[in-house]
Amino acid sequence: MTKEVLQPLAKPVYGAGGPTGTWRSQRPVLDKEKCTGCLLCWIYCPEAVIAREDRAIDYEYCKGCGLCARECPVGAIAMIREGEEA
Amino acid sequence: MSISAKLTDMPDHELIQRGTGACAGCPSPMGLRIVGKALGPDAIMVMTPSCAVASIGMMPKSCYDVPVLNVCFASAGASAAGISGALDVQIAKGVIAGPKPVVFNWVGDGGTYDIGFQGVSAAAERNDDFIHFCYNNEAYSNTGVQRSGATPLHAATTTTPAGKSEGKKSMPLLMLDHAPAYVATASIAYPQDFYKKIAKAKDIKGFRYIELHAPCGPGWKFPASETVEIGRMAVKTGAWALWEAENGALTINAPTLQLAEGKTKPSSLEDYLKVQGRFAGLMKDAAKEQAIAVMAQGIEKELADLLARSKR
Amino acid sequence: MSREIATGNTACALAVKAANVDFIAVYPITPQTTISEKLADYAAAGELTGKYLTVESEHSVMSAVAAAAATGARTFTATSSQGLLYMHEILHYAAGGRLPVVMVNVNRAVCAPWCLYADHQDSVSQRDTGWLQFYCASHQEIYDSIFLAYKVAEQMEIPVMINYDGFLLSHSMLPFETLEQEVIDSYLPARQPAWRLHPQWGGTFSNVAGAAEYAAYRHKLAQDTLEALPVIKAAIAEYEELTGRPQPGLVQAGSKGGQAGGTGRTGGEGQADSESQTGGESQAEVYLLSMGSMAAEMELAAAELTKQGIPAAALKLRIYRPFPAEELAALLPAGSTLIVLDRNLAYGHSGGALLMEARSALYNSGKNIKIAGSAVGIGGQDLPVSLLIEEIRRLLEVTKS
Ligand SMILES: Cc1ncc(C[n+]2csc(CCOP(=O)(O)OP(=O)(O)O)c2C)c(N)n1
Ligand code: SF4
Ligand code: SF4
Ligand SMILES: [Mg+2]
Repeated sequence: MTKEVLQPLAKPVYGAGGPTGTWRSQRPVLDKEKCTGCLLCWIYCPEAVIAREDRAIDYEYCKGCGLCARECPVGAIAMIREGEEA
Repeated sequence: MSISAKLTDMPDHELIQRGTGACAGCPSPMGLRIVGKALGPDAIMVMTPSCAVASIGMMPKSCYDVPVLNVCFASAGASAAGISGALDVQIAKGVIAGPKPVVFNWVGDGGTYDIGFQGVSAAAERNDDFIHFCYNNEAYSNTGVQRSGATPLHAATTTTPAGKSEGKKSMPLLMLDHAPAYVATASIAYPQDFYKKIAKAKDIKGFRYIELHAPCGPGWKFPASETVEIGRMAVKTGAWALWEAENGALTINAPTLQLAEGKTKPSSLEDYLKVQGRFAGLMKDAAKEQAIAVMAQGIEKELADLLARSKR
Repeated sequence: MSREIATGNTACALAVKAANVDFIAVYPITPQTTISEKLADYAAAGELTGKYLTVESEHSVMSAVAAAAATGARTFTATSSQGLLYMHEILHYAAGGRLPVVMVNVNRAVCAPWCLYADHQDSVSQRDTGWLQFYCASHQEIYDSIFLAYKVAEQMEIPVMINYDGFLLSHSMLPFETLEQEVIDSYLPARQPAWRLHPQWGGTFSNVAGAAEYAAYRHKLAQDTLEALPVIKAAIAEYEELTGRPQPGLVQAGSKGGQAGGTGRTGGEGQADSESQTGGESQAEVYLLSMGSMAAEMELAAAELTKQGIPAAALKLRIYRPFPAEELAALLPAGSTLIVLDRNLAYGHSGGALLMEARSALYNSGKNIKIAGSAVGIGGQDLPVSLLIEEIRRLLEVTKS
């Protein structure tokens, strides 16, 4: 006899809070030349959208908070207005 | 035992699934990422109503990749005790395979300092086996930023529009006086220090308390990009002290220790206050200078008390 | 099987000890306290199969057992009066979360003013929390109800509250029979939940739901509480078969003239339940409905009224939630009169909770049953048979006017 699960349960997924990339008014853009790989942006990003390996940013979910750019010690991340060129 | 908190050594494991419902720049998912890395996947999280719950997303979706029990506002201490005790019995009976997952609470200052205080205090007194994390954003942010027992003197909230006329409780010290095996304070601006403290707590049995200072942009009125910087200023001014206590023996951590010992000068308290809109009223007050001087004296005394306690 | 003579609270604690419970949390309150103390003694003697935790309030008691139940544990607690009221928030949580906690509530009046004695205001105030509610009228029913409650709670994943009257049952010494451990174990195998709060199962329990999701969960709970009725009947039937001990039905009728002793406290022998009662030779004309320990006095009152020329029979409600409406209707012949005596007050309405339930249950029965009732025994007021008869006669007059 397999019982049905009756408890109110939710499952982990990306985008549980919606397509949070649409919240952005500014987007972070990484200058790979300048990046030293210190990983500070990776650890501070609240959304875990910065890849550890190459600091690639998942723009589908990046909220554009600007913390990564603010905390980067060598200024390798710039915040660019959405709709404008890097 | 030495714990490497080098960023390159930290585990890949992510508790947070990108695309949470939290505000941009929110300290709660930031802190939970570190918790997930330090505790690993074999853990169970208990939460009370808060921004961290409102951020989960709506059923049937969740942004947390760890089993979560959302309980009622005053329930954290007792519910974590229930989970922990029930796991012990069922693992001993062989009904659930061991080892026992780490049970932890992720609860705001409201759920810790105020409505949940009784339950957390009782769990500490019983030495129930779980970690209580208080992420302290110094207000009831989820319901629109009302005052809590953690809101500092003069901070404006929606229920203290003219600024709070009382100071905050010393919750971490109150917990220390319950004599659990581990108590620590941490800051969102110092992730490696936080990571080390969690890793240390993970290997201790019994009640453990870690309070994370968590500046909240919408609540404190600063831009999303400043969460870490404001957390850092809180530590550098001494407004938030970093310390830990193992079996009651208190150690002050850097850079708070250097402030307490008078080896470095605290950063300007006024600079810390003026970047936060919640102190705008104070900044315009004629008695501002005097008020800030009183606050600075309070910090000085707190640091002196901590230093004395660390030498006991 | 062995025969014990002990208090109702001891009957409860003995059953809990035998029910393979994993987790117990308690907080003292009169008249429940001696259950907690007995369980502490068992724990100290190493006789409990689970953990016994003393927490700092009833809000925490229910928070602890509900969370423990989420891990798949079989859980127990006991409370009374203010303690039950203090749990209210978490009662909704446990039922909404489908966490099959079993709790004993030793009925006691509520404050203000303070009063230590039995009435049902505490438990009827929790009517709409989604919990199933049983009421006991004897020590035997207390003992047996613990096992029935776990059976039903775990099958339906809905918590169960077992109620019995403070002091009248909790502290009186009366005989009851216990069961062999093998019998209990075969009736009540270990709980096997489909989900546990544990990394092996995963999931976020109870985050925010939209209206559609929320309504679906809550309607399902409402539906399932109704579907618990046949499950309770089946659990009772299985228990009778396994133990050879006749069980009172959902609503139990003493035979006309009060000869049949549903409670075992009036010295009667016979049994009649909702199935066997229909079509008896000489039916009663007046039925006396109550729940809890006063059923014994109601049987005596029925006997006395019958002697006085009013053919009467007592009805004892054992299951209050879900409400056995059809079973009640089936027990009542067309044109009969139902007198409902409540041990609680329905403020802003007449009588008490049971009167309202009975009225609504019988409204569409097509049997033209006259109904009247009132609240008696509030705050543990004595209920001598003479007083009951006086009140019943008064109410009979009301039904005539
Ligand atoms: C018993 C109860 N009272 C009030 C509320 C409303 N409420 C929900 S969250 C909250 C404030 C939470 O504050 P805190 O614990 O500091 O978390 P934060 O929102 O700041 O992250 C309040 C008052 C509730 N859910 N339950
Ligand atoms: S802007 Fe914010 S969310 Fe986007 S990558 Fe940077 S830190 Fe992460
Ligand atoms: S209000 Fe503050 S704590 Fe709440 S989600 Fe937003 S940033 Fe986080
Ligand atoms: Mg808060």
